[in-house]
Amino acid sequence: MGKWSRRAFLATGVIAGGGLLIGTGIAIGIRPGHRTPELAKMFQGDNEIMVNAWVKLLPDNSIKVIVPHCEMGQGAHTALPMMLADEMDADWSMVSMEEAPVHPEYASMHIARDFMLPIEVPTVLEDTLNGVFLKAAQSMNFQITGGSFSVRGTGQWGMRRAGAAARELLVHAAAEEWGVPETEITTENSHLIHAASGRREPYISFAEAAAAHKGPDNPKLKSPDQFKIMGQKVARYDIPAKVDGTAVFGVDVDLPNMKYACVRCAPVFGSTLKSMDASQAENMPGVLSVVELDNGVGVVAERYWQAKKALDKVVAEYNEPDTALSDNDTIYAQFRQDMDSAVAEGKEQEDVKLGDARGQLDKAENVIEAEYLVPYLAHATMEPLNATARVSGDRIELWSGLQNPLGTRNFLAEEFGFEADKVVINNVYLGGGFGRRAQQDYPKQAVQLAQSLPSGTPVKMVWSREEDIRQDRYRPAIISRFKGALDDTGMPIAWENQFVDKHEPVEAPMIPYAVENQFVHYTGSPTHIPFGPWRSVDHTQHAFFTESFIDELAHAAGQDPYQYRRALVKDNPRFLKVLETAAKMGDWGKALPEGWGQGIALHQSFGTIVAEVVDVNMTSGKPKVERVFCAADPGYAVSPDGFAAQMESGIIYGLTAALFGQIDIKDGAVQQSNFHDYHMVRMKDAPAIEVEIINSGEKIGGAGEPGTPPIAPAVTNAIFAINGKRIRELPISKHV
Amino acid sequence: MPSFTVNGQPQRVDVESDTPLLWVVRDELKLKGTKFGCGLAQCGACTVHMDGQPIRSCVTPVAAVEGREITTIEGIKPQNGEYHVLQQAWIDEQVPQCGYCQSGQIMSAAALLSNNTNPNDADIDAAMSGNVCRCGMYDRIKKAIKLAASRLGSDPAPLGDSSEQELQNG
Repeated sequence: MGKWSRRAFLATGVIAGGGLLIGTGIAIGIRPGHRTPELAKMFQGDNEIMVNAWVKLLPDNSIKVIVPHCEMGQGAHTALPMMLADEMDADWSMVSMEEAPVHPEYASMHIARDFMLPIEVPTVLEDTLNGVFLKAAQSMNFQITGGSFSVRGTGQWGMRRAGAAARELLVHAAAEEWGVPETEITTENSHLIHAASGRREPYISFAEAAAAHKGPDNPKLKSPDQFKIMGQKVARYDIPAKVDGTAVFGVDVDLPNMKYACVRCAPVFGSTLKSMDASQAENMPGVLSVVELDNGVGVVAERYWQAKKALDKVVAEYNEPDTALSDNDTIYAQFRQDMDSAVAEGKEQEDVKLGDARGQLDKAENVIEAEYLVPYLAHATMEPLNATARVSGDRIELWSGLQNPLGTRNFLAEEFGFEADKVVINNVYLGGGFGRRAQQDYPKQAVQLAQSLPSGTPVKMVWSREEDIRQDRYRPAIISRFKGALDDTGMPIAWENQFVDKHEPVEAPMIPYAVENQFVHYTGSPTHIPFGPWRSVDHTQHAFFTESFIDELAHAAGQDPYQYRRALVKDNPRFLKVLETAAKMGDWGKALPEGWGQGIALHQSFGTIVAEVVDVNMTSGKPKVERVFCAADPGYAVSPDGFAAQMESGIIYGLTAALFGQIDIKDGAVQQSNFHDYHMVRMKDAPAIEVEIINSGEKIGGAGEPGTPPIAPAVTNAIFAINGKRIRELPISKHV
Repeated sequence: MPSFTVNGQPQRVDVESDTPLLWVVRDELKLKGTKFGCGLAQCGACTVHMDGQPIRSCVTPVAAVEGREITTIEGIKPQNGEYHVLQQAWIDEQVPQCGYCQSGQIMSAAALLSNNTNPNDADIDAAMSGNVCRCGMYDRIKKAIKLAASRLGSDPAPLGDSSEQELQNG
């Protein structure tokens, strides 16, 4: 393994019509000591990987940016072109974008990987990694949208460099043509300017000359004070089509001769189909085929409603796994038993160890203990899962909204034994992702259904909401236990935390507070409920645990929870600033009406530090979150309005989970089925939200997820402030 | 074979009479702006207007709209290429994220404004709480409704009825 290295290559070429095409290639050697074994295997020797993020300069002097990420509302289709266009000194009104085709050439994520904790590789990527027909290095081609990556990975390391390199190449070409030094040439609004001689020419005039040169390996990037597009409020490209009904989501795909399909899978996870009786369904109007799936059944018909009605008449029996006879209580009892055993047998898996927490706890006089629990959660994307497939001979075409389209391509090729280049993925707008649309179950079903029809017949499969809730990959139920010891002044001197079921990111349970002795450890306790990354993944539960417990310690010490946290981050200026900003925004400690109270929470995830202060009104007996004050330090917010929108969105997503979110397991199956029993925050429940962004200039962090983790503890901490009731198990609606 | 109008156009469709209007509008008439979200009238993504009133098309059998005037998201946009006042407010406030629920949100808001040109927070809560936005853009939706209302002034909103729309556009 060579030294961890990073080298950028810029490739150029002329496209039809005389435009310039520039790609950034960043060759990456991976850091030794990689913690993810599946990935480590990929990096034997000096593997280096090329990536490409392309920009095209077109004959009318307009610029087209090709974005290798999907759009699911997070704004990547706008923020990434902003980054490239700014570095290129482009005329923003002449910039457009298109989503990259699903092809390894446009794989993006390893740009990000090099600059991130290597453990931050979601397990959902294993489909991509496991493509047996791909060589190891090629398997690192990701084109996933998740982990709040787009801006801080692809944008920062791909888009900005491609834009800056394009600009340098054009300047170089103009300098040669004009016979002047490069340093005398300036750029503005897609034009090259030589002030001394009064020359001003559009970029396109020099595109061909520029393309004859090799791109600079390390183009000079702007400093934030030079940004003209980044940092501005820029209208998102995708919004107009989303207000007049013309945006095409997966469910809107329409092909000639297309048929419709509905599916229903076994209620108990891990089941296989034992028998299917289609006799009542197959003669119903419009029915074309009744299909056996791995763990379910499907019907294809001329129309959606015909398929749905016929599906109700299909009788299926399943072989259920032995693990199926579980419900919430047996699962939680298993967790507790496994946690107890791990401690008794000294088999804790160490996560954080600083000093001697247990030694301090043993001799401390003031020890506080608490156990917290969060239930399973479904994603419930607004658009029910769907995919349209057409199988023609040796070719599969798929239309769907996918977070990991390249993974889907590899998965389908392997699963159905097709050549990867005969699997064509058409990615369209996602009606919400939140992690769910990085899974491969629904694309596979669509292909199985299409295979039941004559070659070349497209089938659109649309899941019911019931299927969506009951066949998800769930945010896991987790139990987390704490012990904290306080010194004479009430400050924590020891922190022990044990929890079950660790996923990613690795740092999720870590606290920003200066506690000298810490022991954080976990215990595996597998269940038959399938795991899926859910907005912010492990951060969603751990922020609830750690920010509740620090609040408990503050109250045990008789101290103000904001001042207590403040004292514990006083040597960490970024956390301190974020915390103080939120407190100031929310006017912490202000006089509030009877029955109202404030709560606060602070958490870092995906490189962004967020503090939230909430005003909660309990006068009706139920908590109404009236206002949320959110301070966030993402290093630099490329698209400030887009960033604020992501905070707002993350807060509401987390608030739904905090107030209402609960998936119950009974006899091995999910009990909830639709929005009448899996409740969402609605307009009447929604707080006013203020967001303040702190551009600290540190490494750029994520936007899509970091707003979510702090909201649940901020609200339960406020409830404690109001009525002294400490809620240690979500959702809140179970208790008040 | 029920007949009705959609966005001012007479329609007659040959489907089973219990087929929900949602699937008729989407799959037979190819107006894809109206979305499927739950199938139980629990999320509002499928909201359209029937004779100017908001209904959930996912639970409305097509037989029940015989002789009625249906308006979908495609029907509220003026013919002159501009956006409806609510659509423009949605753009100005940068409301949508994934955007999937927004047709239904705008149709519910249009019905609200056609009855109440100056809605307060409680009016908005009451009119809009049948619509789920999983991206959580409620605060922006509320601001956009108020912006649209302020732009309308005290004029009754030319909303949700394609015949009025045509008049407005001459």
